Amino acid sequence: MADKPSAAELKDYAEQADAWFRENTVRDPGFMLPLTFMEVSTDQQFDFLRDWQRKVYEAGYLGASWPKEYGGGGLHSDYQRAATRAMKKYDAPIMLNAIGNGWAGPLILDLGSEEQKQKYIKPMLSAEDIWCQGFSEPENGSDLGNAQLKAVKDGDEYVLNGSKIWTSLGDRAKYMILLARTDFDAPNKYAGLSFFLNPMDVDGITTSRIKKLTGEYGFVQTFFTDACISADCLFGGEGNGWSMAMKTLEYERGAKVKPVGGYFVKELDVMEIVELAKKSVRNGKPLLDDPVMRDRMTQYMIDIQALNLNNTRRRMPQLMQDRPMGLPLMNKLARTELIRELTEFSLAFQGTKAGYYVGDENAVDDGYWHRSYLNSFSATIGGGTSEIQRNIVAEHALGLPKTR
Amino acid sequence: MDNLGTIGTTEEQIELMDVATNFCRDKSPIDKVRGLIDDDLGYDPAIWKEIGELGWLAIAIPEAHDGVGLSMAEVVPIAEQMGRNLMSTPFGSTTLAAQALLAGGSEAQQAEWLPKIAAGAAATLALREDNGDWDLANIECSATESGGKVALSGKKQLVLWADSAELIIASVKMDGAVRFALIERSQFGEGALRRETVIDETARSYEVTLDGVTVSSEALFDASRTRETLEKIELAAGLIHAAEMTGGAQAVIDYTLEYLKTRKQFGKIIGSYQALKHPTVNNYVEYEKARTHLYSAAHSWGEQGRGEVAVRMAAAQSHASYSTAADRAIQFHGGFGFTHDCDAQLHRRKAILAGALIGDAAYQRSKLAGLLFD
Repeated sequence: MADKPSAAELKDYAEQADAWFRENTVRDPGFMLPLTFMEVSTDQQFDFLRDWQRKVYEAGYLGASWPKEYGGGGLHSDYQRAATRAMKKYDAPIMLNAIGNGWAGPLILDLGSEEQKQKYIKPMLSAEDIWCQGFSEPENGSDLGNAQLKAVKDGDEYVLNGSKIWTSLGDRAKYMILLARTDFDAPNKYAGLSFFLNPMDVDGITTSRIKKLTGEYGFVQTFFTDACISADCLFGGEGNGWSMAMKTLEYERGAKVKPVGGYFVKELDVMEIVELAKKSVRNGKPLLDDPVMRDRMTQYMIDIQALNLNNTRRRMPQLMQDRPMGLPLMNKLARTELIRELTEFSLAFQGTKAGYYVGDENAVDDGYWHRSYLNSFSATIGGGTSEIQRNIVAEHALGLPKTR
Repeated sequence: MDNLGTIGTTEEQIELMDVATNFCRDKSPIDKVRGLIDDDLGYDPAIWKEIGELGWLAIAIPEAHDGVGLSMAEVVPIAEQMGRNLMSTPFGSTTLAAQALLAGGSEAQQAEWLPKIAAGAAATLALREDNGDWDLANIECSATESGGKVALSGKKQLVLWADSAELIIASVKMDGAVRFALIERSQFGEGALRRETVIDETARSYEVTLDGVTVSSEALFDASRTRETLEKIELAAGLIHAAEMTGGAQAVIDYTLEYLKTRKQFGKIIGSYQALKHPTVNNYVEYEKARTHLYSAAHSWGEQGRGEVAVRMAAAQSHASYSTAADRAIQFHGGFGFTHDCDAQLHRRKAILAGALIGDAAYQRSKLAGLLFD
């Protein structure tokens, strides 16, 4: 366990990080940078973000608190937090290798063999090896536990057949964390699942890009046709796929493995919407003089403030006694739906300009708000739709019976 | 935007929350609440006495006046639990009267009344009039001063618990300016108080006729303190009603959940139907937001600028959340929901009265907009 730094040590490090990000952060490379790792559309965007992650890693500001022997910095997590703060301060671009650093990496560090740690961790930090995630299937979106992609053991190989969808960076990844069915006769649907660290450069694995509602790319569908992978790729043992997949979700909270640092998604700064509203005009007067717009904006301010304060309240057990799981479980639902509503609302400020889109010189803020609204559905649908989230809150926080 | 509140708690607040949770649950079971609907007084005097003995009326009164010396932040969890258990007493009105005294009262007025209130005397505010305006300064009741005496006239409405109050603090206009007059209950003659029929049957409210009441000039708040008194009353009332409404929202959601978990139709527990489940989750989310705003308002209460934003957000969110949750509670109880026996209506009615008393969610938002955007 790395030593907790003294205040002076931490201050030195934070100043260095601050200076580095001040000097090295490129905010406008001349093309639109993705706000999330799910929105990487062009080669230009991909190359830029991959280089950026490598640069940050090599400077020591990513993976600073991951173990040194596998390529991390071996420092106390306070150091990484200071570096991440500096990134945020200079509004630095996102880290690209989200599935690698946020999901696969912590799982491997927690439960992987020495060999796996040596092989996978360093190249994922430097973004040399990009990772993607193969959980959702075309026929099993919300019902992840029902995944049907077939993995049949054949000697020291598994033969894969089926398809995965919504694979971010799937056409650029070297590895995929894959949820596949190894046992079709298991006592329940979860028990038949296994988890693989699946190489993508294998005969029989092909990808097809999905054009999003925004007109951009970012996801692929991946097809597996008699694709053979080494049996060594199995992770966590046959039949433990569901628990491995669930574990990847736990690491987000940083409980078992120290967070790698940085961020994979830029949160929309909602206060920018207030600024947009303030500079917008209707009937020759400020938009916020219009009583309807004024009231709606006020309501959203109440919502925004509640969700921001909820993040603090979640860490205050004295205000969480009645339903401890309530706030944590409702957060995704409340936040993603609010962002969707807010970004849609921002279009209403724009009057005639609401008609323009990304790419037209007449568009407000280069179409940022339109793109944000359309992209907001990725969060209200992905990772469990809002409708599924309501079931989760109902069943796990409020104790209502399952919907069947 | 630097006038947004933060959230935090005090040790005393959490201790009081624990005590109040048990006390209100034990002393205000629903059959007792319903029994009191037909009672003239509207509350159990033995419980009112206990509340006084617990020191709850003294919480936000300074130690110099025999109070506990804490703040409205510590009153919040108590009001929240009272709202949750539909425990109706002069607690809120008395607390508000004490806050008005603290904001506008002279040293002598405070020294006379605050120790009495701290020891358990009920008090109330008489603010509302026939114009129905939430603007506390838009009033017609008047005061005329002559020879050290002040003659009052006009009618005040929605004066909560006036019949029980030893002290009524009324807003009046004198020489065109809003002033506050301290009136002892005994100064009102026969027939000066008319019990009003208010939508919340657990509350007691009176129309108070000021005509014929004369108080000494010493019983007026100083004119220079009017502005801060109005502000304090508005914020303290917003906070205390937000607390009651937040507790009420929690109760009515729990009450609905109980039904959704036990009632069967078409062979299924109705809580398994998403048509009922999903809106219930939405109501729950709004309730949690209200509670977050409530404890932010309690925490930010004393801060210039931030206090008002936080209190109005709490009032707006709790009124909207309580109203919607109770409205849906009636609907989701089906035929039973249409009956007086279903508790959903108690909450729905209570939310309407609370909104009428302090200004509903839309009114709070209109006030907020000015604080946020102008």
